[in-house]
Amino acid sequence: MFGYYLDLARRSLQRTPVLTGLMVLAIGLGIGASMTMLTVLHVMTDDPMPGRSAYLFRPYLNPVPLRMNRGMGPDPSINLTWPDAMALLHARKGTYQAAMAGNSLVVTPVQGRLRPFTADGRMTTRDLFAMFGLRFVAGAAWSAEQDDGAAAVVVVSRSFAQRVFGKTQVVGSVVSMGGHDFRVIGVVSDWAPRPMFYVDASEKRYAGADAFFMPLSTGMALNLGTNGNQSGWGSDENNLHSPTVTWLQFWVELDSPAAVAGYRRFLYDYAASQKAAGRFQQPASTAHLYGLMGWLGKQHIVPGDVNMQAGLALIFFGVCLLNIVALLLAKYLRRAAEVSVRRALGACRRDIFVQFSVESALIGLLGGAVGLVAAELGLWSVRQRPDDYAHLARMDLPMLALALTASVLASVAAGVLPAWRAASVAPAMRLKSQ
Amino acid sequence: MLIRPIFASLRKHRLATFLIAMEIALACAVLCNACFLIVNRVQQIRIHSGVDESALAAIRLTGFDDGQGVDLNARVLSGLAKVPGMQSVSVISAVPFGGFANNAGIATDAAGKQFAGVVNFYSGGPGSFKALGLQLIAGRLPQDGDYQPVIHFVPDDALVWVTKSLADHAWPGVDPLGKEFWVGKPHFRVAGVVAHLARPAPGEGGPSTIDWSVFVPSQPGAHFAGSYLLRASPAQLPRVLRDARAAIARIAPDAVLDTAASQSVTNLRESFFQQDGSMARILLGVIAAMLLVTALGIVGLASFWVAQRRRQIGIRRALGATRGDILRYFQTENFLIVSLGIALGMLIAYVLNAVLMEFYELPHLPLYYLPIGAFALWALGQLAVLGPALRASHVPPVVATRSV
Repeated sequence: MFGYYLDLARRSLQRTPVLTGLMVLAIGLGIGASMTMLTVLHVMTDDPMPGRSAYLFRPYLNPVPLRMNRGMGPDPSINLTWPDAMALLHARKGTYQAAMAGNSLVVTPVQGRLRPFTADGRMTTRDLFAMFGLRFVAGAAWSAEQDDGAAAVVVVSRSFAQRVFGKTQVVGSVVSMGGHDFRVIGVVSDWAPRPMFYVDASEKRYAGADAFFMPLSTGMALNLGTNGNQSGWGSDENNLHSPTVTWLQFWVELDSPAAVAGYRRFLYDYAASQKAAGRFQQPASTAHLYGLMGWLGKQHIVPGDVNMQAGLALIFFGVCLLNIVALLLAKYLRRAAEVSVRRALGACRRDIFVQFSVESALIGLLGGAVGLVAAELGLWSVRQRPDDYAHLARMDLPMLALALTASVLASVAAGVLPAWRAASVAPAMRLKSQ
Repeated sequence: MLIRPIFASLRKHRLATFLIAMEIALACAVLCNACFLIVNRVQQIRIHSGVDESALAAIRLTGFDDGQGVDLNARVLSGLAKVPGMQSVSVISAVPFGGFANNAGIATDAAGKQFAGVVNFYSGGPGSFKALGLQLIAGRLPQDGDYQPVIHFVPDDALVWVTKSLADHAWPGVDPLGKEFWVGKPHFRVAGVVAHLARPAPGEGGPSTIDWSVFVPSQPGAHFAGSYLLRASPAQLPRVLRDARAAIARIAPDAVLDTAASQSVTNLRESFFQQDGSMARILLGVIAAMLLVTALGIVGLASFWVAQRRRQIGIRRALGATRGDILRYFQTENFLIVSLGIALGMLIAYVLNAVLMEFYELPHLPLYYLPIGAFALWALGQLAVLGPALRASHVPPVVATRSV
């Protein structure tokens, strides 16, 4: 029966090529626009650490005074102060924990022919490598002693090694960064999760990557500074050790629900003790433990423009669907005569309804195909844009399947009302009027 | 033209009529709001920076120690001045659209109780005030003695030049000359007012703060080095900048040239507003697609109604209706449907605007956008229905005598 309906639908669509074309085009444009923007949203909000993200957590503490003149710029409580980060680090309440911050250093390559260049990297404590699962190509992370002892060592990314030394087997070599010599003790394969969940808001989450990693203590001892947001509210805004300057990020790995609950309690107790000591003004309940995805949600990493474009695309899709409902209604109701004949020959209402729904689905399928082409064009145009996420805008298989399914479902849904109206034509009346 | 028969016929097609009207309503709402957003973006893009953009360029060097600052300034200032066509080189902390804002909250009393907002401080070395081409509207020009060494991020006790909009905000209705303000301990006194001077990152604190800038005459030194303002005639600027960038490799081989920031102010402006420009273009695309789909819907439905009514049209023609009568019938019908849609659309437009205001800090949708949107949709409807209606008017009366 289905094949027969399909054939009927094909004939019917061929009879009215212009109208069919209009409907297919409308669905195609609607699907194309929506899929373009949903794909962009999808790649921007994707899980950066599949399989691992459920175990990674970001402690949140708020040392900012209750009354603070906030002009512009990011929320100072998004980062941690040095004393708080050190307290969490030394408590060792998680499987792994690391305090970190970004910095930029001028690298003077060993070969004289290369000009000095600026590289972005991270000063961090050694657990970062194990916690985030970085893969070592050569060498290893620094030791706990080097972590505490401000050793002049560095772990570099494979492409950084390639750029500076022209090879990746560089363990033991010395590189000059920020006017200081560092001994390379490890090379990791290039690592840039998207979004870069662990950096602070000032960095490029969709285009950046860390070229080197060095002990946090080393960065502090050499006074290398940070390139991230540094917000202070006391008198010593330039002192990174100050309890009133926030600039550090902190991540902890917790492997069981019990560990998570324990860490929550620990964090609350820490905030309460700081409040009792008069350092924190905010209530201890503002301390919070965010999961990786929850942290990304809190940070609103999707720019307002992208959300607005997605909203517009969905409204546009709605307009297209309204359009199709109206056109299908007109088309199906015009075939009252055909329906009447079929009803008189014994077809029941359900048969008519199914027949018309098959026709709607066919339109949806054609529209979906047009929509995929439109979405590819749309994504291509997104990739031409200057935004840092633009280069990620590519359709993957799930999005492709979603586009086709959405198109067929939408057009079948759009066809329900017209098909039902067509099926409820009273055959006797129509036959008489012929 | 009798409207009643049209109403009667629309009532027969209640659902289809309502759907098309809804489509027009949504289109109307999106059209009004998208136009408003575009106008907002374009206004942002077109802000006055207050400086001679086409004659200015910036050079930014990084990767040197504070200790090298004095020496670097001397080498760069004398070295770049030799580039043919260079009118002036001066040390400056930032240029409009160049990023690198030096923001600080200011208070209009020494105790810091009266907070007057977060403003940007431009530190400018000798020659920079003139090179920028700032338009002085009150007070005097900076003189040689006004340039003081930078202690923290600007000189600690300095005469400053503020923009008119900042003066109006901090001291409304009062002569700002001689007024004082503080950033914690450092103290500043207004010696002049300039017409405009946009922030290095205009718009970061909202549209009203774009011009909240302070110019502080500062002496180049260890803490004030590495960033330079070049001036040349607009025609020569591209070549002068290219030569200057090449010369830097010789003048300061140890420093790193920040190529993204070492651009002409015109280019910096362009890249600063690139995203706003692309958003405005996307909105234009959305409007175009929305109107196209709406028009297609009207064409489709009207064609069907015309085909459906061929016999009726023939009968009306046989009974004496002219072609114009038939044409006007369909046009009036379309006008009624579109009007219904516009009425609904105005409501949705306001709801949509309220949502946008909630999330994007947008102002209210000005009322005059609504009639503009309405006229646009009426015109679109008439244009879309014209084809089918003309076809209808060409139905010969003889159709009436044929059986279907």
